[in-house]
Amino acid sequence: MIPAAFDYEVAESPAHAVSLLAEHGEDAKLLAGGHSLLPMMKVRLAQPAVLVDIARLTELSGIRLEGDEVVIGATTRHAEVAGSSLLRAEAPILAHAAAQVGDPQIRHRGTIGGSLAHADPAADLPMTLLALGGSVEITGPSGARVVGADDFFVGPFESALQPDELLTAVRVPRGGSVRWGYQKFVRRANDWAIVGVAVFDGRVALASMGGTPLRASATEEALRSGASIEDAAALAADGTSPGYDFHADAEYRAHLARVLTRRALEGKTG
Amino acid sequence: MEIKLTVNGVTRSDEVEPRLLLIHYLRETLDLRAANIGCDTTSCGACTVLLDGESVKSCTVLAVQANGRSVTTAEGLVAADGTMSAVQQAFRENHGLQCGFCTPGMVMASTSLLAENPHPSEQEVREGLEGNFCRCTGYHNIVRSVLAAAEKLSEGSGQTEAEVLGVDEAVAALPDAGVPGAAVGGAGRQSA
Repeated sequence: MIPAAFDYEVAESPAHAVSLLAEHGEDAKLLAGGHSLLPMMKVRLAQPAVLVDIARLTELSGIRLEGDEVVIGATTRHAEVAGSSLLRAEAPILAHAAAQVGDPQIRHRGTIGGSLAHADPAADLPMTLLALGGSVEITGPSGARVVGADDFFVGPFESALQPDELLTAVRVPRGGSVRWGYQKFVRRANDWAIVGVAVFDGRVALASMGGTPLRASATEEALRSGASIEDAAALAADGTSPGYDFHADAEYRAHLARVLTRRALEGKTG
Repeated sequence: MEIKLTVNGVTRSDEVEPRLLLIHYLRETLDLRAANIGCDTTSCGACTVLLDGESVKSCTVLAVQANGRSVTTAEGLVAADGTMSAVQQAFRENHGLQCGFCTPGMVMASTSLLAENPHPSEQEVREGLEGNFCRCTGYHNIVRSVLAAAEKLSEGSGQTEAEVLGVDEAVAALPDAGVPGAAVGGAGRQSA
């Protein structure tokens, strides 16, 4: 399978990337690791006229502490997030989630910013950013802005990122001692979650339970009211709208959400 | 556009269409046929090669993304005198293949895995190869092969790890291209 023809531009700086996006409009797409975009281009679900390669912008890569947050550059690859001793100490759920993405080859190429911008409701990192209550830094023609995870994911494969904007960094709270849990139910190696659950500090986020990663609001509320883990987890599917596919129907997904939420609240990973 | 890169220690320069995939560049432009096209959807791992010493699926990398970088295929693991790398030898000795279609990808993924984790447990080998499918389902001998290669590498045969692995990432940086590499790609690239 071969992508439709496109022009290829290498951005020399984040500002250059933004100006190239402005120049080419909605026909342009940013390319980092390409592990969400290129598969879509190969089956012609995406046919951008111009690709703007930002993978070589070193200023967009790296992991550092800033006050009470960890800041991860957008083009930092999953393998680097998963292997980061800083993240393992300060935001271990994010390092763990990155290690669950795809397989080693995919983690050598795919980037945290690319995965979040792709906004796949079944993916590991969108769900995890939501659980962490993190945010993304975005730069566009009218300047920079920060969007919280609760406002970033707006639909299936759709985020608050505009076509002329560049996601530059991801911010997550420092919380090395915060209780967390992570559950990803798959039938095959390197698959997307049939249902996923990420728990961080009383925030419970679900993957594959609707058009975006979702907060399990009823569960969170029950926990705040002092409910037991078991009782709170029983509410995990409330207010969700899971779809159905070859692997699972909606009722099965709801069942999985309740079971996996209980395990995640117990601090289990799997 | 023109790309310049190192493939198996040799500097190449070619005019390519931006949409040309790395696997097609390797197989059709350079006639390197070890890496196979299996699923063509980033799943099966048959097209796995090393990019700057790290395993990647070359069906999901554009040739232009490899511009200025170093690519290693299974052909490049074999020394000039025909000696196979430790991983290749271990696959041979442990019958780590049945039909052989997945083998080049398995060998490249294993080479990258051992560069990052020289002493993997059996479970770590199985997880480290989760991106590579063997539809003959010959996984037991494949895992056995990787563990045997790890053991051989840790014996300390006098060769550097890079020589045993056959990884040539550093070759591009050396003035005398073609000499077996002196550094293992991948190992130092994981820490952030």
